[in-house]
Amino acid sequence: MYFLKRIIFALPLLLAISFLTFFLVRVAPGGPFDRERKPASPEIERQLQAKYHLDEPVWKQYLRFLGDLSHGDLGPSLKYRNHSVNDIIGQALPVSLTLGGLAFGLALGVGIPIGYQSAVRRGRWQDYAGSLFAILMVCIPPFVLGPFLILLLGIKCHLLPVALWESPAHTVLPVIALGLYYSGRIARLMREGMLGVMQAEFITTARAKGLDEHTVLLRHGFRLAVIPVVSYCGPLLADLLTGSFVIESIFQIPGLGTFLVNGSLNRDYTLVVGLVLLYAVLLIALNLLVDFACALLDRRVRYA
Amino acid sequence: MPESPNSPGQRAWSRFRRHRLALPSAIALALLLLVVVLAPILLHLAAGSQIALRFDPERLSDAQFQPPSAAHWFGTDVHGRDLFARVLFGAGVSLLVGLVGAGVSLVIGVVWGAVAGYAGGRLDALMMRFVDVLYSLPSIILVIVLITTLEGLLKSTLEKIHAPWLNDSARLLFLFVGLGSVSWLNMARIVRGQVLSLRSRAFVDASRAMGAGPIHILSRHIIPNTLGVVIVYVTLTIPAIILYESFLSYLGLGVQPPMASWGSLIAEGADQINPIRTYWWLVACPGTILVATLLAFNCLGDGLRDAWDVRSK
Repeated sequence: MYFLKRIIFALPLLLAISFLTFFLVRVAPGGPFDRERKPASPEIERQLQAKYHLDEPVWKQYLRFLGDLSHGDLGPSLKYRNHSVNDIIGQALPVSLTLGGLAFGLALGVGIPIGYQSAVRRGRWQDYAGSLFAILMVCIPPFVLGPFLILLLGIKCHLLPVALWESPAHTVLPVIALGLYYSGRIARLMREGMLGVMQAEFITTARAKGLDEHTVLLRHGFRLAVIPVVSYCGPLLADLLTGSFVIESIFQIPGLGTFLVNGSLNRDYTLVVGLVLLYAVLLIALNLLVDFACALLDRRVRYA
Repeated sequence: MPESPNSPGQRAWSRFRRHRLALPSAIALALLLLVVVLAPILLHLAAGSQIALRFDPERLSDAQFQPPSAAHWFGTDVHGRDLFARVLFGAGVSLLVGLVGAGVSLVIGVVWGAVAGYAGGRLDALMMRFVDVLYSLPSIILVIVLITTLEGLLKSTLEKIHAPWLNDSARLLFLFVGLGSVSWLNMARIVRGQVLSLRSRAFVDASRAMGAGPIHILSRHIIPNTLGVVIVYVTLTIPAIILYESFLSYLGLGVQPPMASWGSLIAEGADQINPIRTYWWLVACPGTILVATLLAFNCLGDGLRDAWDVRSK
């Protein structure tokens, strides 16, 4: 019931976002055809404007946009001629999702075990090593780690390709550069969560029942301790999707970020609105999924 | 057994010192700030001398791509500029954006959280719902769209009111406001939590009984009591904003050349990566300084959090 309400609530939100970006990009001085080959005669410019309905009043353009949107059409790109925004998304989205998804897996796969170990071995060397790793990773942003990895593994040792997005080997460096930064945050969350749970009374009870330490911590403790991590996954996915902008620029990966940055610099109205809307839909859906997962893990979480 | 300190301030100080890295971090940051503030002044005073020429971040020379040496501590870049001087001046921009941005987020976050927490009921639910919505949106995308679209608008307005000297700082202004206005969400949530527990305390009731209005109670009794928590989160917001700024500068959306920040310096260095010759210092030097600064801010924030015994949600 709660989730149904959230989905219904998301629709006006998306409408508001589309409205805001739609008008915002048009308020800005300059237009999509400013950087055409000069001299573009006024005739040509007027015809271009007419072709893309840019000569109509803005509210009429917006209604037209909503009409097209209702059957899934985001319109033609104003800068990449002969490509619709749907085409561009169709090409770039799988790339961005793969990069983000792999980095997400790396962040969780590295962060959770490290955080768990440093909590369970609190005060011993595993704790110090784990905590050091976590705080270091939190402070090394992807755009520092990326060039560093390229110089070391790509150029110095000739181990891995340094750019482009073609074979599985091409994914290794970008995924490490993007994912490792977030694994530090996850390790810190996991450690704090686990330390909190280990003081809870039900853990003492489980120990008193004579269960071995492993079962107590993994079966009883972990399940609750991982909840802060799971609820951080929403913002994490948002950060991964947008954080990949710099990774895409360093490794020359043809993902969504490149198109968004270029699109908004070039005043490609339709592309910017389409991409912002796509990001909003993705994030709202992912956040919903994350909340759902939290409710599954901890039955005490009740959404009213 | 040492004599146990009794005032809350003394207890906080002793907890702060127990965090091994917090005090060194604070000292290192203070030194960095001092150097960043003094460097341009000293350079101005020593104008024309040999030293001033060497540390001028905008002086071009033929000595391109010199590796670090005694003459150029961080080497030189593609235009033969001294990288150490560039990193030093970049530090000024990065720290300025971090501090002012954190200030903006502080003001918005504290006011929003305090009003929501103190008002309670419908208004509280509405305001926090708004925060939740913003939280689930890709804020950095919003900043990118805002910067690329509104900057031209601001520039043309500035030209109309004949203030071209503001023109160069238009981008900086956007970074302040843009980054500050997407970074206040956590602050608002935490302040609200604090206010909720403070507003039912006896001293607030007493003040209300004596006829104090809500503005007086908020500004004299409640907000001062949230100060500890607020300082902790400002310390953690500053590195986050520095990181945001470097991110944008890396994409070419932050400060514009010839101005530099750590992000744009790293981007310039990454542009020079090629398989034939490696100019590692172009990435390593600004990168190391950035990482060290972020580390220091985070350690300081952790130490302050222990000192005030703030538990984050």
